[in-house]
Amino acid sequence: METSIDNNLITRSENILERVITSTKIRDAVKGIKRIKRSHRQIRAENVFRRTLVIVALATVVLVLGIMLTLIIQSTLSIKTTGFSYLWGKTWDPVRDIFGAYPFLLGTLLTSFLALFISIPFSFAVAIFLGEYYPKGWLPNLLKNTVELIAAVPSVIYGFWGLAVLVPIVRVFETKIGVEPVGVGIFTASLILAIMVIPYAASLGQSMIKMVPSNLKEAAYSLGATRWEVIRSVILPYTKSGLFAGILLSLGRALGETMAVTMVIGNTSLIPKSIFAPGNTMASVIANEFTEADHPVYLSALIELGLVLFLVTVVINMIGKRLTKQFTN
Amino acid sequence: MKTVQKLALAAVAIIVSGGMMLTGCNGGSGSGSKSDSTADNTILGAGSTFDNPLFSKMFSEYNKLNGLKVNYQSIGSGGGIQQLTSKTVDFGASDAPLNGKQDSALSSPVVIIPVTAGAVVISYNLPDLKDTLNFSPDVLAKIFLGDIKKWNDPMIAAINKGVKLPATDIQVAHRSDGSGTTNIFTTYLCKVSPDWESKVGKGSSVNWPIGLGGKGNEGVAGNIKQTPGGIGYVELAYAVQSNMAFGKMQNKAGNFITPSIASVTAAANISIPPDAKVSLTNTDAPDGYPISGLSWVLVYKEQKYSDRTAEKATQMLKLIQWMIHDGQQYSGPLNYAPLSPAAVSVGDAILKSVTYDGKPILQ
Repeated sequence: METSIDNNLITRSENILERVITSTKIRDAVKGIKRIKRSHRQIRAENVFRRTLVIVALATVVLVLGIMLTLIIQSTLSIKTTGFSYLWGKTWDPVRDIFGAYPFLLGTLLTSFLALFISIPFSFAVAIFLGEYYPKGWLPNLLKNTVELIAAVPSVIYGFWGLAVLVPIVRVFETKIGVEPVGVGIFTASLILAIMVIPYAASLGQSMIKMVPSNLKEAAYSLGATRWEVIRSVILPYTKSGLFAGILLSLGRALGETMAVTMVIGNTSLIPKSIFAPGNTMASVIANEFTEADHPVYLSALIELGLVLFLVTVVINMIGKRLTKQFTN
Repeated sequence: MKTVQKLALAAVAIIVSGGMMLTGCNGGSGSGSKSDSTADNTILGAGSTFDNPLFSKMFSEYNKLNGLKVNYQSIGSGGGIQQLTSKTVDFGASDAPLNGKQDSALSSPVVIIPVTAGAVVISYNLPDLKDTLNFSPDVLAKIFLGDIKKWNDPMIAAINKGVKLPATDIQVAHRSDGSGTTNIFTTYLCKVSPDWESKVGKGSSVNWPIGLGGKGNEGVAGNIKQTPGGIGYVELAYAVQSNMAFGKMQNKAGNFITPSIASVTAAANISIPPDAKVSLTNTDAPDGYPISGLSWVLVYKEQKYSDRTAEKATQMLKLIQWMIHDGQQYSGPLNYAPLSPAAVSVGDAILKSVTYDGKPILQ
């Protein structure tokens, strides 16, 4: 009983402790031993904790490298048979074992960047509105939660919605501008992707804008700047690296998105002639064909497609990091 | 201080349990035979997604009769064959017989037993059309090659006399995912059109010259329904269940046949070779629907491999025997075509050729 009471007190404060333990030297001695023990245990615990952190952190690095290694090993067969022409080959013919990833590489880059261009005005508008104009209140809260909900909706639902609602609308639009009214295609896929990536750039941008020091803004206002001028010459320059990081995050999401894109892109291995033509992305080809890839070279070619997608993501991320650094300097 | 201790304890717990899991895995692979004998009344299967609804029904009925549990994973025919090759399942199921490369990957011979039959129908979307359209092999191949571009093409009109065809563009829809349905369809086109064979070929995924890809039957059906002038191929069962319009196909004998369970069973009523490796496409049967295909169960001819027991092998063969006899009653209601008598007798003969340690299992 007594020791447990003492223990509690030690953890609170030494001063109280000394007032409580006044009577005997024995008590003090016991106390001393205990305190040494505790600090030993404490050091050991700290070490264990630190080591665990290092191990877990290293495990993620090992995992990523492991995934890359697996992709390389599994695609060796395809790399050997097709060589570098895999990247610019225009035909994907599993029957004759001709594998060219160019149409899919093009499809992935086209849909992702198009989606990015469509989404940027919206995500920046949301970010500035929530970050600068109305940071508090029920309407901004509702807007903020709704935008965040966009990211939480499973992508297959976007696919359904796209197929049922967006495709007929795009078809009408295509008839009006005089292209072949297919409905599905690169353009529709980009629209869906644009909606899906809005929250990434928007929420990061919004928190960056909120972090702009108010003395900077107030100084600008005191010099007679209008709100637009403050946004243009104070907030945007101050937050550009953060806004750019948000765009990068959106791009990463767009590159890898599979399900929603597969459902509305039209899935043909032909090279798209315009942004309204049907196409295919690397991710959707893998999703479509992996289960029934019935001979080793074919399977290996699909895994190589995964490797290419992996590398494209890594390269784009590296370029993005470099650009972010330049922006900040 | 206390929180640090707690965290440390938690960390230790995680590490220890992780270590235990690792050793557990090692121990598991070492004592694999033990776990097998305890799970002896479970048969593992994997393969065709086409077979899955029928298999689910059959296996649950068989379970009521004999208490045997069958765990079937519908991962696709190619995947089923791979799992059988690596001996992680007891049987595979496939909509296509093994191809040369799959055959050479096997460590010992595999036999195939036909279990059910299905068909691929040609569905189209011409809203103003009341009549059922006729298709000939030549017209079908030319449509899917992109040579016939309009619905009122003289070639289509020639086999649809008296039908008022619209001047709509033809929009081809095909499967984007690798599929046994595509395999049956392209195998058929290869047989009837030299042009198709040289330009496209056959397989579960092919390089389509034109058209939009949709994932699964529902994806193709969606493409057809949404596009006026659309045409595509879907499984018979799917087309019947979702009330889609589908055309009659001209068969080898020259008759225009409406796809149905009866006409698919009729297509399989031909002389089937003893190894059951036969494609029903472009069947010789005069009343058979030409784009039909069998679906097979695959098992090793010699059942004594790894550490299989004779008991397990017998249980599995009895199950397959039941599937091709009594189990066939569940085909019709699920829109699968029951096996033809010819296919059942060949299946029986193949089952009797399966051995355990060199001795036949079924008498």
